[in-house]
Amino acid sequence: MKKIHKITFISIFAAFAMVLSYVEMMLPPIWSAVPGIKVGLPNVIIIFVLYKLSFKYAAFISLLRVFAVALLFGNVLTLSYSIAGAVISLTLMWLLKKTSLFSMVGVSIAGGVSHNLGQIIVAMIVMQTKEIGYYMAILAVSGVLAGIVIGLIGAMLLKYTQKIKIK
Amino acid sequence: MSIKKALLNHKNDILLATGILLLAAICFLIFSFSMKEGKYALVTVDGEQVYKHSLNEDDETVILGANSSSGEQNVLVIKDGKAFVKSANCPDKICVSHRKISKTGETIVCLPHKVVVSVVEE
Repeated sequence: MKKIHKITFISIFAAFAMVLSYVEMMLPPIWSAVPGIKVGLPNVIIIFVLYKLSFKYAAFISLLRVFAVALLFGNVLTLSYSIAGAVISLTLMWLLKKTSLFSMVGVSIAGGVSHNLGQIIVAMIVMQTKEIGYYMAILAVSGVLAGIVIGLIGAMLLKYTQKIKIK
Repeated sequence: MSIKKALLNHKNDILLATGILLLAAICFLIFSFSMKEGKYALVTVDGEQVYKHSLNEDDETVILGANSSSGEQNVLVIKDGKAFVKSANCPDKICVSHRKISKTGETIVCLPHKVVVSVVEE
């Protein structure tokens, strides 16, 4: 890929991911009693890029999205949550993908659950309380469900774009 | 990695999902069995204790958030042995929609105001 192609590719996919973040913000909370339950739409883009291209591109796009979304709609606090979730989930997804033990759905499930785990850990540090760890049981279930949805969408995207070669 | 490999590995996926769900269920069971009726409602703001009150006496109090100069407030109510946030001026109102708490270890968290309400034994 030429440099200009790389820049264009990263920009377009970062924009996709940002729009999906925005769409997700517009959606009503799924269960207001437990914050943090969401589908994680931007992860469709991240996992697609991870499979279609490489970890490097996925990481770049993910961080771009996190910072841009924090600048536009968030603050330092939401940024710390997003970074924790993004870094831990992408790293785990990358490692699991390398093992070739799981399909995209399995990798995405691990990504969803670890994303929630990362955010719970930051919440524990920020709030100086360990009691909220109890949410993790519920968030693990929602992470699995979200992971399945995202993994299936990602697999579909990958399947329908397999004739398009980027490289 | 080939597309086929990326798409077909359902057995391991199901194992992974089941494993995570089992772990969550076990944690949930341990949590719910280890929970006893608490005695006090404890409020911390940004890690510092600001309020403690017995759950046996009804009470209503205004908790000032971490950034109290900007008027951050949560109204905490203790009634019939249970604590809940009646109203708050935080943006998300998650603390208000949280169910009433009465068991040791249960918490209501207001992230924007850094307020944590928890039920404690002593």
